[in-house]
Amino acid sequence: MTASCSRDHPDRGRRRLLAGAAGLAALGGGGFSIVELARAKDDDEAVSSLVRWGLLIDTARCATGCDACVTACDTEHNLEDLGRPLTDAQWIRKVDLEDTETGHVTSLPMLCQHCEHPPCVDVCPTGASFRREDGIVLVDKHTCIGCRYCVMACPYKARSFIHEALHNQRPWSPRGKGTVESCNLCVHRVDKGRIPACVEACATDGGDAMLFGDISDPDSEIATQLRAGPSTQVRADLGLNTGVRYRNL
Amino acid sequence: MGSSNGHFRTLKTNRGAYWLAIAMLGVLVAAGYAAAHAMETEGHWITGMNNQVVWGLPHVFAIFLIVSASGALNVASLSSVFGHPEYGPWARLSGLLAICLLVGGLIVLVLDLGRPERLVVAMTHYNFRSIFAWNIFLYTGFLLVVAVYLWTQFQRNLSEWTGRVGLLAFAWRFVLTSGTGAIFGFLVARQFYDAAILIPMFIVLSLLLGSAIFLLVSVLLGRWFEDGPGADFVVRLGRLMGIFIAAELFLVAAFHLTNLYAAEHHGVERFILLGGGAITALFWGGQVIVGALLPLGLLFLMPAGRLVGGVVAAAMLAIVGGLAQLYVVIIGGQSYPLVLFPGKRVTSSFHDGEAASYLPATPEWLLGVGGVALALLLVLLAIRVLPFLPDNRHFRSPA
Amino acid sequence: MILRLAVTGLGAIMAVAAALADPPELPRGRGDACVAPTDVMRREHMDFLLHQRDRTVHEGIRTARFSLSGCVDCHVQQNVDGSYIPVDAPEQFCDTCHRYASVKLDCFECHATTPSTGLSALAPGARDFAGILSFGGGPRPRPAGE
Repeated sequence: MTASCSRDHPDRGRRRLLAGAAGLAALGGGGFSIVELARAKDDDEAVSSLVRWGLLIDTARCATGCDACVTACDTEHNLEDLGRPLTDAQWIRKVDLEDTETGHVTSLPMLCQHCEHPPCVDVCPTGASFRREDGIVLVDKHTCIGCRYCVMACPYKARSFIHEALHNQRPWSPRGKGTVESCNLCVHRVDKGRIPACVEACATDGGDAMLFGDISDPDSEIATQLRAGPSTQVRADLGLNTGVRYRNL
Repeated sequence: MGSSNGHFRTLKTNRGAYWLAIAMLGVLVAAGYAAAHAMETEGHWITGMNNQVVWGLPHVFAIFLIVSASGALNVASLSSVFGHPEYGPWARLSGLLAICLLVGGLIVLVLDLGRPERLVVAMTHYNFRSIFAWNIFLYTGFLLVVAVYLWTQFQRNLSEWTGRVGLLAFAWRFVLTSGTGAIFGFLVARQFYDAAILIPMFIVLSLLLGSAIFLLVSVLLGRWFEDGPGADFVVRLGRLMGIFIAAELFLVAAFHLTNLYAAEHHGVERFILLGGGAITALFWGGQVIVGALLPLGLLFLMPAGRLVGGVVAAAMLAIVGGLAQLYVVIIGGQSYPLVLFPGKRVTSSFHDGEAASYLPATPEWLLGVGGVALALLLVLLAIRVLPFLPDNRHFRSPA
Repeated sequence: MILRLAVTGLGAIMAVAAALADPPELPRGRGDACVAPTDVMRREHMDFLLHQRDRTVHEGIRTARFSLSGCVDCHVQQNVDGSYIPVDAPEQFCDTCHRYASVKLDCFECHATTPSTGLSALAPGARDFAGILSFGGGPRPRPAGE
């Protein structure tokens, strides 16, 4: 499946790291602040609204047929194929868009857009859908009653309802029957200073089309990129201020 | 004590038909409970619902019962708010129906939750930006207000309060049905929802369904067991129902015509009105013809001599039409894919860009029908225990 | 009122009965000691877990002391072949006591019942934020599919 997009540069990751370090050195004082914000928070430190995690996805680098991000997400959270495509959960999916006038095809990953004003959070009767201080939209499955109103409300079809009992959950990704779930931006990784699994996989096995970072830190790479070039919010008309932005869309 | 309260009486029939009805309704309730139990232990995969159509037939039945509950109070409101004393004898049954229908609807709604055992969470954690959270109060509050309303009707020394509590109940009904319509009206992202007109549509639907169910229940009670409402009453309430049907048809037409004017909504309108398969058939056949045109014909073209039968038939058709309408709104609205990228043809592994297929499964039918059966069972039992029915020896046909 | 008295009375009787009856034998956990004395854990583990749960889910606080996966890591048992036995399986740590106390346990409808070891390649830990610095930072080979 991922063969179409795997790249013949086994040591790319290492080179990228070195490039990053070189970039830091070159940036000098500016690089210092990147290092500051790039550090992982301490385990006993609460997340802060000074941070807003986000993604920038460059569709020009996202190949049709490549699903490295999807595979990585499925493995990370053990989204097993239960043989029921209509009810199986999908946190991230590849969407192909063909312009009906021009025939041009764009491919992109669609996932929870981690809105600043998430409709799913607005409609949730118990407050189980919530937005963490650092902008990650989550479901507290302890208080989710499975009413599925959030699935109705989400403009991005990002949420899945769990239709049957699950087994073999990952310790860092509890999931269970009767509750709703969606991309959690790999919150367990982010809290430990790592990047989401999809972003990592896209860099190593895909087109390196996904950039993760703190969009409220003006010195972060993602904020710099967003400032430097145009980007798009899907369904910007809804005014949700998404945390996931697309380029070349 | 008990058998009569002023000019009211309990149902005293011992005919086989009564006990047969109780038994049959009991079986349906038990089947509904078994279905809900299976859905809870197995998970929702045993239903026709999926990640495209997350609200299925149980929601159609639950919302049908909830809006009907609000509408069933029409007769009581006509008597104590609008000063039509001819409806007074039936005010108690009207209140009872309102409570029982709401209980039936709420139970279906709760048993369809992914985690029904967490009802206590819904009762202790509230997000007041959610219309659902408000509805929890609107529904339980309605039960309480109608119970008090009935109490003022039963206690002669409280009768001076009936008008005031009736006014409160009347206002509450509108807020309740508005809240129910707003569940869909507030869904900003869906092409078929996100429209304020859904709120009056739900209100008028509630008025018409409530009248239809009241007519059917009261007439059948009279035919099968003991004397029911007089022909005059039936025709008068039937005509009122006809006005509600016409008003609903008008709102539905306004809704679709407004959508048709905006190119943005052409896709969803084409889906509902032309290419949606079962949804399209239910819209034209169920909602428009069976639910509106046929009953309007029966109500306003029938010769006076056969009008009572016409009203009863119209009420049945209106109920079928109301169910079809809710199916079209709830299932049809979800079946049409979300439009993430206007002007693009969209494909994905998650069924983006394609109309969802939904076929209700047996557990959903059983759960939904079980809720209706529960409401009717509660009514049949309650009228035996307390004097809800008018004693026709005292109430003569007012005309 | 009578009902409340009856419930209180029943509770008291059950508490006495529980104190008199022999508590079940529990499989020993790993290491020298639990994160709190046994009698404290026995009475209050659910409160610790509840508190930790809200702090973790909502605030991202991931201290190890009262984390449920920490409980599993220490209290899970292994078969002779080294494979893990789910901690909620019959006769295992959680089940033994919960069965004894007749308290339904639904943590493990969602949470993993075995430790994360064996999945170490996936387990959180490594700090790789440096990776985020590299996107778009200069010319790079295009994916084969483009």
